[in-house]
Amino acid sequence: MKQIRPRFRAADLPGYVLLGFWTFVVLVPLWVMVVNSFKPSLDIFRDPFGLPPTVSVEGYQSLVTGSSFLTYFLNSLMITTVSIVGVLLLASTAAYGLVSWNSRASRYLLLVFLAGMMIPIRIASINLLSLVKDLGLMDSLWGLFPIYAAMGLPMGVFVLTEFIRSVPKEILNAARIDGAGSVRIYIQVIVPLIRPALATVAIFNLVNLWNDLWFPLILIRSDDQRTLMLGVTRLFGQYQTDWNKVLAVLTSASVPIILLYLFLSKQFIKGLTAGAVKE
Amino acid sequence: MKGKSLETERNLVWLWWIVPALAVYLVFMAWPLFNSLRLSFYTGTGFKLDNFIGFDNYVRLFAGGEESTRFLGAFKNTLFFFCVHMLVQNVLGLAFALLLARKTIRGKPFFRTVIFIPATLAIVVTGFLWKLILNPQWGPLNIILGEVGLGDWALPWLGESHLALFVISLVSSWQWVGIPTMIFLAAIQGINDDYFEAAEIDGARPSQVLWRIKLPLLRPIIGVVAILTFTGNFNAFDVVFAMAGPNGPPAYSTDILGTYFYRTGIAGQHPVGIPDMGLGAAVSTITFLVLLAGVVIMQALSREPRGDRR
Repeated sequence: MKQIRPRFRAADLPGYVLLGFWTFVVLVPLWVMVVNSFKPSLDIFRDPFGLPPTVSVEGYQSLVTGSSFLTYFLNSLMITTVSIVGVLLLASTAAYGLVSWNSRASRYLLLVFLAGMMIPIRIASINLLSLVKDLGLMDSLWGLFPIYAAMGLPMGVFVLTEFIRSVPKEILNAARIDGAGSVRIYIQVIVPLIRPALATVAIFNLVNLWNDLWFPLILIRSDDQRTLMLGVTRLFGQYQTDWNKVLAVLTSASVPIILLYLFLSKQFIKGLTAGAVKE
Repeated sequence: MKGKSLETERNLVWLWWIVPALAVYLVFMAWPLFNSLRLSFYTGTGFKLDNFIGFDNYVRLFAGGEESTRFLGAFKNTLFFFCVHMLVQNVLGLAFALLLARKTIRGKPFFRTVIFIPATLAIVVTGFLWKLILNPQWGPLNIILGEVGLGDWALPWLGESHLALFVISLVSSWQWVGIPTMIFLAAIQGINDDYFEAAEIDGARPSQVLWRIKLPLLRPIIGVVAILTFTGNFNAFDVVFAMAGPNGPPAYSTDILGTYFYRTGIAGQHPVGIPDMGLGAAVSTITFLVLLAGVVIMQALSREPRGDRR
């Protein structure tokens, strides 16, 4: 398709005003967050919008040396990674089975998984608490893993079954005729073909799990087991009046995901709206 | 093996591919959910809920008295929270989507990226950041208002009981507006161009195209967005927790079902400080039923009357 650079139309002016205003409303708070994290507190109050007269990394320094921020960060990195791998593995194998198994039972099972997309797992918190306690995983980072895996499954199964269904039958048949068993087909044919869908599922879970506060809040107490967001709530309370430090905390907690988003914005938008938008 | 059933077999072997995921899903989602509903008929101390009390927990929530004032207040606030999202977040999202779908607007990738950025932030980070910005003493918002001569508008945004929850809802709408925008945008781009060409030939005004063509065709997707907003907001917690804490200040005006559930069922309330998990289970059961009812009603309302879309 030929792309013609559109010319400015006066009728679009109100539209530009609205979009411009919103750009301002979105970017100013983020600007305030990042810029002021490099200023001493006094300068923040004097001029919260300008560039720092002298760049000070004091806030970041005290994060690294004077708090458990790095522990929180690494904890989140670990539990998020492990959970995403778990979700991808469980959801893709299940989706492969659900699509291949042509029976009424498999269609019902798919519905069972999909029902989870409408029901927030938080509603089950009361019983999850005692379940995690019975497993001896209370106050441990690992207690989050099975919950996060279960949380990611409905959407993962949904996206991946749709995708696997669209894999041309001829490819699978050809592999069969060549004598490949279902495990080999899964590893060598299915997984490479559904990579884009796996990325969608991974990003959806990355954002959701990295940003989750609820389950760490109700399951974890000890400082060395805290996730980043739980740590952020703690540091926010601790540093409340020390804006320079607080903003350093908020900036370093969110910038990794924002940067990733700026590089992969298409995939992010797809991942976070998957389930509502059909391809 | 017969040629016909090469790709899909009626073979129980496939069940083994599904079992691991199904086990995790049933044990950590379906079963705890079912159990949480069951436990709403029990009371006890700590994790041991072994005393069956029938509907007593529900009676406490609905039949007057202190507990029921709090619960019904939180329920009402949650409804308000949801309505603000419908009116601000979704209307704004629809407006953005209609703009971004226009062929004549420039800089679309930039606007799209900007509108969606807040949705990638953690809710707690958003909440804390805005709490600082809205700070009545040194918050940048009141500084801006002062500098453009609107100093009188500078308010203690989170300190007034008629204002606090509204402000929090706006912050949350700020964060999530990108989601409905992208969903609507995809739907608008999916509308067959023939409709617009026909309208153009018939000399329809842009407002007619919007009200007579776009919105009716978007009805099912408006339903999807409404359901997502509904399930998201009846389940909200983080943003209120970050901006106002778990106790609903000022005067319980920011107390929503999420914070109320957290206080009663998980953290324990002042002055006792011991969680009442049975009562918490009753709160989650009601939330569950409301979600279920809401989803069913909205799905029925947004169903296409007849005919197909494409």
